[in-house]
Amino acid sequence: MQALYAQLLVGLINGSFYALLSLGLAVIFGMLNIINFAHGAVYMMGAFVAYFLLNLGGINYWWALIIAPIVVGIFGMILERTMLQWLAGLDHLYGLLLTFGIALIIQGVFQNYFGSSGLPYSIPDQLKGGMNLGFMFLPIYRGWVVIFSLVVCLATWFLIEKTQLGAYLRAATENPTLVRAFGINVPRMITLTYGLGVGLAALAGVLSAPINQVRPLMGADLIIVVFAVVVIGGMGSIMGSIITGFALGVIEGLTKYFYPEASNTVVFVLMVVVLLVKPTGLTGRAA
Amino acid sequence: MSALTDDTLPMTPRAMRDEMIVFAVMTVLLVVVPWTGIYPFFVMQALCFALLACAFNLLIGYGGLLSFGHAMFLGTAGYVTAHALKVWALPPELGIVVGVAAAAVLGLITGYISIRRQGIYFSMITLALSQLLYFIYLQAPFTHGEDGIQGIPQGHLFGLFDLSRPMVLYYVVLVGFLAGFLLIYRTINSPFGEVLKSIRENEPRAISLGYKTDQYKLLAFILSGTLAGFAGSLKVFVAQNASLTDVHWSMSGEIVLMTLVGGLGTIFGPVVGAFVIIAMQQYLAGFGQWVTVIQGVIFVACVLLFRRGLVGEIAHYLRRSL
Repeated sequence: MQALYAQLLVGLINGSFYALLSLGLAVIFGMLNIINFAHGAVYMMGAFVAYFLLNLGGINYWWALIIAPIVVGIFGMILERTMLQWLAGLDHLYGLLLTFGIALIIQGVFQNYFGSSGLPYSIPDQLKGGMNLGFMFLPIYRGWVVIFSLVVCLATWFLIEKTQLGAYLRAATENPTLVRAFGINVPRMITLTYGLGVGLAALAGVLSAPINQVRPLMGADLIIVVFAVVVIGGMGSIMGSIITGFALGVIEGLTKYFYPEASNTVVFVLMVVVLLVKPTGLTGRAA
Repeated sequence: MSALTDDTLPMTPRAMRDEMIVFAVMTVLLVVVPWTGIYPFFVMQALCFALLACAFNLLIGYGGLLSFGHAMFLGTAGYVTAHALKVWALPPELGIVVGVAAAAVLGLITGYISIRRQGIYFSMITLALSQLLYFIYLQAPFTHGEDGIQGIPQGHLFGLFDLSRPMVLYYVVLVGFLAGFLLIYRTINSPFGEVLKSIRENEPRAISLGYKTDQYKLLAFILSGTLAGFAGSLKVFVAQNASLTDVHWSMSGEIVLMTLVGGLGTIFGPVVGAFVIIAMQQYLAGFGQWVTVIQGVIFVACVLLFRRGLVGEIAHYLRRSL
């Protein structure tokens, strides 16, 4: 049973990353009509910024949790201003191709300087060690990742669904022209949205650094799984993305325990099943 | 959805004549290549990728469907052909037939699943399906995992042509490429191709005119996958191995890149794009990961600056359709 709980925990952690990443993809898609293929690359950048902060500046994990998303978010906003904004009005597929190119550039540059092997990033002192819960041993850092991710996801949900700013955002998703007529700077909102989505990915990168090591290609395969998560959950609903992300992580964890050979493929197989049974995705409208 | 094709012209006798001339020039050039001292293996490899890119272009350029998983056809047909030649000791022609048949079946299954969603979701689904296959091939015993299938015997095609001789192999690959190319050309200009273009331009309207668009899309997907598989089977004879790189997502990205560089929705664009990208990889092989970076830069430049691609820009300048 210990092993089962351990795999469940791993599943919850992967689920946190799926949730944070698919949440960002959904928010970006809503405003920019772009599927951000560079999402895996910015996730990796988040982890690298944390690594640089610690090893070059001696700045610890807690500051990295704040600084990395901001730095990477600003980088994302520059990308949006200089490149992505020119795609407005074009076919969706150009956004996918452009961001795929950006991902190749970012990952290629990091691979040149850091190879393909992982760099270690140690767990901060305050979160070292574990707790005995009676039925299992819980490493504190892993518990922290799950809870913190959940809080961030819910905060994002609250921001978008319950605040004035979120209302503007949702309105601009529906009808940008009308929202501009009310005097709201929609282009700036689009830039900030992209920064927010990218920042969430970078945050996930920082969280994963002590668990998965820091590797240039850490986001390359992850993003494909997240695409499958997005296909399953649909991008219509923020809460839908969060729940689907965590749920699929848990299912993947269970698969690792009961049938490890299929743990790499279970999310894709579920995607196929969902497409056959309910082609629009679990929460989404038809796109 | 019409951004792809702002200058598609209806098929006129003049356009037909232009295309015939370009096709004749291309064929003559490819026929004389082995006597020019250019490394034949480079051209053979480029021809396989050119056919692959043309097959991909049939979907994106004429059906408006961006498949981000076309490597799965290349790799599947490659593995099956390699296995048939090496383990079952089938002659080359049967090896190609089983490889292509496997790609066709895969096209039927994955097409049935992926055309259930449109636009950007279609791309994500094809990418995810090819990743699923990647992991299956990684674990399946017959693919030999990371090592791949190596040392594949080339054999005698129809018992007559010795494929281990580079010259013979070159012309066999060339005939295969030209046959595939002409089949695609014929498809594009057939009534089926016209319906496909109408789906790309405005699917709801095509549906309202009574076309069962899902069937057309599925058929186009199977045809594209089958021809991509044919390219994969031919490639086995050239490379004499079948490995995981052929199924990896980065290969799917390269197929997209070749077509984008040459020109989406142009007839000759994918061929030009394949030669450009393969040549670039050849000359930049010493630069390690910078090749990835350069590919990324080309992607970005193509999307932002010249979406028509090389052939598309030339055709636009000449006011012709190529």
